Amino acid sequence: MVDDRTREAAFALHRFGLGPRPGSIAAIASDPRGALLAELERPGVGTINNSDLLTSAQASRAGFEAQAARQAKNVLAQRAQKEAERLAAEERQGMSEEAGKMAEPAKPAAAPQVDPAATPERQNFLKEVRARLDAALLPEIGFAERLVWFWSNHFCISRDVVPNMAGGYEREAIRPHILGRFADMLLAVEGHPAMLVYLNNQVSIGPNSVAGINRTRGLNENLAREILELHTLGVRTGYSQTDVFNFAKVLTGWTILPPVNNPEHGAEFVFNARMHEPGPQQVIDKTYPDTGVEQGRAVLADVARNPATATHIATKLARHFAADDPPPALVERLAKTFRDTDGDLKEVTKTLVVSPEPWSSPRDKLKRPSEWAIALSRAVGGRGDPQRFVNGQRVLGEPLWQPPAPQGFADTEGAWIDGVGARLDIANNVAQRVAGRVDPGEVLADALGPLASAETRAAVALAETRQQALTLALMAPEFQRR
Amino acid sequence: MPALLSSTRRDFLIGSGALFAWAHTPRLARAEGRDPRVLVVVLRGALDGLAVAAPVGDPDWVKLRGDRALVLDGKPPALPLDSFFALNPAMPNLHRLYQAQQATIVHASATPYRDRSHFDGQDVLESGFSKPGSYDSGWLNRALSRLEADGRVNPRGSRAFAVGPVTPLVVRGPAPLMTWMPRQPLPASEDTQARLLDLYVHTDPKLARALEGRKDLVALARDSGMDTKPAGDQNPALVGIARVREYAAEVVGSAARYLAQPDGPRVGALSFTGWDTHINEGAASGALAGLLGVLDGAIAAFERNMGAAWGETVVVLITEFGRTARINGTDGTDHGTGTVALLAGGALRGGRVIADWPGLKDANLYENRDLAATTDLRAVLKGVLKDHLRLDDTVLVNSVFPGSADIKPMPGLLA
Repeated sequence: MVDDRTREAAFALHRFGLGPRPGSIAAIASDPRGALLAELERPGVGTINNSDLLTSAQASRAGFEAQAARQAKNVLAQRAQKEAERLAAEERQGMSEEAGKMAEPAKPAAAPQVDPAATPERQNFLKEVRARLDAALLPEIGFAERLVWFWSNHFCISRDVVPNMAGGYEREAIRPHILGRFADMLLAVEGHPAMLVYLNNQVSIGPNSVAGINRTRGLNENLAREILELHTLGVRTGYSQTDVFNFAKVLTGWTILPPVNNPEHGAEFVFNARMHEPGPQQVIDKTYPDTGVEQGRAVLADVARNPATATHIATKLARHFAADDPPPALVERLAKTFRDTDGDLKEVTKTLVVSPEPWSSPRDKLKRPSEWAIALSRAVGGRGDPQRFVNGQRVLGEPLWQPPAPQGFADTEGAWIDGVGARLDIANNVAQRVAGRVDPGEVLADALGPLASAETRAAVALAETRQQALTLALMAPEFQRR
Repeated sequence: MPALLSSTRRDFLIGSGALFAWAHTPRLARAEGRDPRVLVVVLRGALDGLAVAAPVGDPDWVKLRGDRALVLDGKPPALPLDSFFALNPAMPNLHRLYQAQQATIVHASATPYRDRSHFDGQDVLESGFSKPGSYDSGWLNRALSRLEADGRVNPRGSRAFAVGPVTPLVVRGPAPLMTWMPRQPLPASEDTQARLLDLYVHTDPKLARALEGRKDLVALARDSGMDTKPAGDQNPALVGIARVREYAAEVVGSAARYLAQPDGPRVGALSFTGWDTHINEGAASGALAGLLGVLDGAIAAFERNMGAAWGETVVVLITEFGRTARINGTDGTDHGTGTVALLAGGALRGGRVIADWPGLKDANLYENRDLAATTDLRAVLKGVLKDHLRLDDTVLVNSVFPGSADIKPMPGLLA
């Protein structure tokens, strides 16, 4: 008879964490709930302390400098080629016709080849990936890291639009707040240069502002709409097109310092009063006097504590940690904690752990590709290779920090289940690499323990090769689901 | 705006990078001696219909968009469609098909959704329901599940065909799908796959169903000598529009090779993102022109690889809603309403822009900001499903587009 605590420990590691590492199940088996709560109390939990990493603004400026340097190199190469062509033409003119035909035309100078993998931008990105892999692979449970991933996806940006800031953005705007107040995270996110650029607010100008009057550019309502629809209240919760429009006016002037000609502070946040639409604005039944940057902060503070926001966040958390169809009782309990504590995310997270539903909902939530891939690395004791991880996530449809749209990656089974074939190929590849040093039976015991079904145990035991046995263990339904 | 932070290459992703498809031949169509193919392409992000087919004959057009308006004497000049509309110059292939009566543009059309959330809009577009909500099936899948099948096209499988690891809602649902995805790592052996499938069958039927979809396609590709080897890491963040163009043509072209085969799937779907042009839209020669060029190249690759089967093909390109009629404060357009639906294929009676034109005066615009929608997109989709795949009216109203009894299938779209 398997100890219930052992089963509960394995369950907790998959549902709340990033999957067991060898020994994790035993390590928390005496008190799985207590271990989850204890992880939340670790000093600096969720943050990454790595002085090697650039701030988002530094990374952005470094990218700008590198791009400018490459451009200069190209210009020089083009000049050199023109000069070579001119000399060759002069030489031909001086020759007889016959000899001219035989003379080789000037070879086009090869454009300087830039190896994308060697650019400072790519190096910086891979350093960020390395740090993020460590944060996911090293902790015993990984509950806090799951919270980071949840919030990072909730407040997503895309590397497609903001190429060099994604890692820094997550470290600066998300990680410090996962157990803090929602309103603080909201303010950090919406005022972050990465979000302002991603949702176009850095160029949004109040039509009646000084800049708006002097220039032809004006309002862009993208950020205001997505804050209400995706980040706080949720779609169809009663706000109107007029609210979006007025909120966009409130947010004019929230912009960044251009990196051009500003090597010290380029790509940092700035409130530019010249771009700010003057006057009071009504947003969702309340009029906000024009207090400059404070006007936007006041609206954000109010939408953060709007009851619709509590329900929206509670629903998403319950969907992520319990079931695709979130149990209504859990949603209401989380929302109540959110409302009662003015959005204290530590209290909301604790409510999640001590509620019965995340422990009683059937264990059939399909892991997202990233959750599965990290669980796989943890199970085989891998250190994780940044380049390989990035490639794998692309193949699996969840490229890191590159969601297709501002609502982030989907959190329900329907979006991901058809990718199981691609997972098989990746599992097969990983198994091929590690079969020499990893025992399939041990992986099964370490990663699933009492959760492994008799069928899975039999399939692994009867496999023809260690590689095949490992592939089957990593692809087992109990390992795909949490 | 600093070049470093601008989105010079809009995030144009093959939404899921994969094709999702259904392997049967529709029985009724087969009985008529036809073997029809349909590819549905979902353009996510809300495509600016006015930047695709510009109403150059409307006296208010240039007033509305100023020097951002596509015009016949623009740089580059828009491609004339009829006396009123002209096509974006980035789409010469679509123009060629239009002149050959193999492309149709339905303008000022929209789903019944009238708010401006992408995600609700896409739900309505793909689910086929008239209101947003959380749906677990799409109109195309429900159409397939109600289509009487004339045996299995592919004797090994019984599935529809979708492209990519993230299944678009439009093809989710009861009819089983097969999935093909470009650039996979070296596949697991058939024996490993068979063992895993056996495990899934006994423990997790949903996973079993999903894995079977891959198995059928791998077999189909092997039998026809198609290359499914990995093409290496392609990082879209580091490549220019030319590479994106090549990639899209490769993905859509591969989809065509499946649909073209005698025993291949017959109905497929895929999605592209990147149409959310809030800023520096660049309809004539900027970002949007680049993306439309990518789409145009993909259509050409599809046509080419369909070979003779192009004559029995309809490609349907749809988006969740349009964009504001006027240019916004940042040289882009915000979320709007009416837009275009594009049809291409040798089975069409094309060469027409179908529009009940609402006009562009302030009073004509929906909520004084968007191109008004005068044609319900469901009429277009119903017209294709009815005349091409032979779905009957009752099924279209009851299962495929619930609550659409008032919306009659648009007649005469097919040749």
